[in-house]
Amino acid sequence: MKSVFNTDKPIYIQVRERIEDQIINKQLSEDDQAPSTNQLVNYYKINHATVSKGINQLVEEGILYKKRGIGMFVAEGARKKLLNKRRESFIEDHIVTLVHEANKLEISIEEIMTYIYEVKRSEKQ
Amino acid sequence: MNIKAINLNLSYGSDDILHDINLEINAPKIYGLLGRNGVGKTSLLSLIGSFREPTSGQILINGEEPFENARLMQETTFMYDKDYTGETDPPSRILKDINRYRPHFDLEYGMELLSKFKLEGKKSIAKLSKGKQSAFNVVIGLASRSPITIFDEVYLGMDSPARDIFYKELLKDQQMHPRIIILSTHLVSEMDYLFDEVIILKEGRILLKEPYDEIVSRGVTVTGSKQAVDEFIEGKEILNEEQLGDTRSVTIYGNLSDAEQVRAMEIGLHVGPVSLNDLFIQLTKGEE
Repeated sequence: MKSVFNTDKPIYIQVRERIEDQIINKQLSEDDQAPSTNQLVNYYKINHATVSKGINQLVEEGILYKKRGIGMFVAEGARKKLLNKRRESFIEDHIVTLVHEANKLEISIEEIMTYIYEVKRSEKQ
Repeated sequence: MNIKAINLNLSYGSDDILHDINLEINAPKIYGLLGRNGVGKTSLLSLIGSFREPTSGQILINGEEPFENARLMQETTFMYDKDYTGETDPPSRILKDINRYRPHFDLEYGMELLSKFKLEGKKSIAKLSKGKQSAFNVVIGLASRSPITIFDEVYLGMDSPARDIFYKELLKDQQMHPRIIILSTHLVSEMDYLFDEVIILKEGRILLKEPYDEIVSRGVTVTGSKQAVDEFIEGKEILNEEQLGDTRSVTIYGNLSDAEQVRAMEIGLHVGPVSLNDLFIQLTKGEE
């Protein structure tokens, strides 16, 4: 299972992003129980310390909350918080890379825009 | 429980195996003991398991020497690649016998494990395959629930589905019944997620003993153009270098500061994590 993670970023960040994605996709709703550390360890076969680090960050940021003796749950407003955060980093994470790659391939901004519209159009169909 | 080695030395005749080992293990956690072949892992474990006495120095469990100490030996289970030749009982019979003299043994759990590993048959243990015998050793180790439990490479003969069952059971049972579990292994990349702490032996000495996350956060790989990488890594401790065309990838030992992380990004370097296995290979290199 380790292979689902790449070497681009620390694994604990990828663990937390996977949980974030589930919240953003509404696979996990507010007050739903999130997978436990042990389930994640067994599923991904990654170290307990790594999983805990990712989970603890989500708790610190108020995305997940702990119920003693029961487990982790998705906090109220978690999805909204995540959307805001991801939108803020959208330019840095996606647009900058897109422009860099386009420059490398000598694709003009106008061309990029046409491609974006094309993709959007085919999405609707 | 407390395991303590003080200036521990072990020699077999003129052959020095362990040199001046100082080590303390307290917390009920899972410890991974790693080292190249012949480095003294089994020797160290057999000292803790009171299978032998040190040549000099001391090994202490809860402040007492464990050798021929019946009370302490009950608290320790040392599972190794045991030879079952001549044994006529089937696994279930042996478990029932063990149950009588191991104070923490859970027979019900043992039987449950036998069925998980498909060892419930009436065939004598000696007639079972190597892999099944290994699985049986794992069953004894887990069901013994000893405050100190040592698995010395017992999983070697087991196939990967059986090893997977072992890992799951180990994590589950450890959560419910925390104890000191020491796993010596060569299957580093397969088992690293089990370790809370890692102990690496090199040339008969303790090279390091640290929590898993501290060790792996110790190393980073930096990849990018040769020139940028060379400039960035100047003055750093280099564990490994690899090059493909103009792309150079270097493993460095030591943390990067936040400022360094940012700088690496700015000059277009890719900073990635290092696996325990890679660190292990690099740290124990050059020892033959």
